[in-house]
Amino acid sequence: MTFGRIELHPVLGKLPDAPLIEVVFDGQRLFGLEGESIAATLLANGIRKLRVQEESDNPRGIYCNIGHCMECRVSVDGFSGIRACMTPVKEGMTISSGIKLPLPFRHTPPSERSGGA
Amino acid sequence: MRDALIVGAGPAGLSAAIAAAGSGNGMRITVLDEYPRAGGRLLGQLHQEPDGSWWNGIKEASQLMERALRDGVDIRTGVSVTGLERNGDEGWTVWTNEGLFQAKRLLLATGAAESAIPVPGWTLPGVMSIGAAQVMTNVQRVKVGNRGVVIGMNVLAMAIVSELRLAGIELAAIVLPPKNALSGHASDPNRVFNSLLRFAHMAPNPMFRWGASLIRPSWLQRLVVAGYPGSGLRIWDTPLQLRRSALEIVGTDSVEGVRVAKITPDGRVVAGSERFVEADFVCIAGGLYPLAELAAVAGCPFRYAPQLGGHIPLHAESMRTPLSRLYVAGNITGVESAKVAIAQGAVAGTAMALDDSGGASIALSAELERAISRVKQVRREAVIQFHPDIERFREQMYLEQGTILRYRIN
Repeated sequence: MTFGRIELHPVLGKLPDAPLIEVVFDGQRLFGLEGESIAATLLANGIRKLRVQEESDNPRGIYCNIGHCMECRVSVDGFSGIRACMTPVKEGMTISSGIKLPLPFRHTPPSERSGGA
Repeated sequence: MRDALIVGAGPAGLSAAIAAAGSGNGMRITVLDEYPRAGGRLLGQLHQEPDGSWWNGIKEASQLMERALRDGVDIRTGVSVTGLERNGDEGWTVWTNEGLFQAKRLLLATGAAESAIPVPGWTLPGVMSIGAAQVMTNVQRVKVGNRGVVIGMNVLAMAIVSELRLAGIELAAIVLPPKNALSGHASDPNRVFNSLLRFAHMAPNPMFRWGASLIRPSWLQRLVVAGYPGSGLRIWDTPLQLRRSALEIVGTDSVEGVRVAKITPDGRVVAGSERFVEADFVCIAGGLYPLAELAAVAGCPFRYAPQLGGHIPLHAESMRTPLSRLYVAGNITGVESAKVAIAQGAVAGTAMALDDSGGASIALSAELERAISRVKQVRREAVIQFHPDIERFREQMYLEQGTILRYRIN
């Protein structure tokens, strides 16, 4: 499967020149173009899976690409919940995909629960 | 304090900023947008006009932005609005990720969002809204995949299909969504065919355009749908399969294909007709609805308008809302083309300038009337009619509110 960029467009012309930006995604060094989103850099490098659903471990990627759906959230330099589609890549960024989270209260039957609410 | 704060740097917001800043009142205006780049969804648009020229959203957006900057408008991107509150009768306070913003007048030009149609398997990486594919292709210039399936047929889908094809991206098929509680008329071949006829004049194939003009009677439409070829008719070299429905999107870590089946003219699956279509991406096209949450947070009354895509904040033709110093423009007032949004923005910007002058400016009152007429003219001349009843609905809505809201200095 090949992804990559649309270098030459019949109406929009040549891909505008932009400086290369180096980022790290889950330990892997990647190059993006200045001005593009994290989601664009990752997709251009063939990466579609941005996280897993925290409970089920199912893979997730971009859905709306304009900041509405929150499906593309990743961690950037230690901050979680960052929308990959809305955040421009910056030199030296460390990006991590979302992982499955422990769910200690998941299987506690109501009768065994303690406390309020 | 700013004279006006505009939420949304799309066609409506930028055009409003230009109108207000250029009104001669010396208004200080800030435009906020959470996308890193100004232009809103105009950025992704790319289509050929009837005269053969290209409507290039990136160019249109940068022209609007340059004009606004020249007039001294402060445009801030990467700023997300999270809440807002009225400051008594003084204006509005807006909460953002970059702190508080205060202004005497507030314009909400937040645009539209895409309706999702859930399909089994739709959470797989590689499944995206059709607008997502548009932004990736035309704005970010990154390929969304090599071979896609589009689920859903509507005016937005067809426009973006042509854009994907222009960028050299192959589409295996355009099919209908599965019939479920959320898909509604979007999975009914007869209803979809009827709506397709409204924008058949955009089709690249003269036979489509000519054919569409002949099949106006509803009995004839039903006949065409009943006899519609299973493999579809090709449009932009992509089979438009009106009689096939997606059942499930299949894949392990990302999209590998779509299970599709033949359907009857009223949308029921034909037993045993199932097929697997290989694809590495899927676009779900559920249409657009006005993105109006901030108007609800502000306390603005709403009205349900299916013709305009859903619930819209009540507003007058002058783009004033019933709330003091609150205005709306663009797709938040109903889903229409970017050109209509630009024209509405000019109305809102002029109304804010007129109100800022205390309603005293005769020149601005006259300009407001001209801007309102211009919206109607642009709407009538629009290449893409999102809904046949938009004009009638708006006329009636504005009439019902009477002249008080339209002429009240807000």
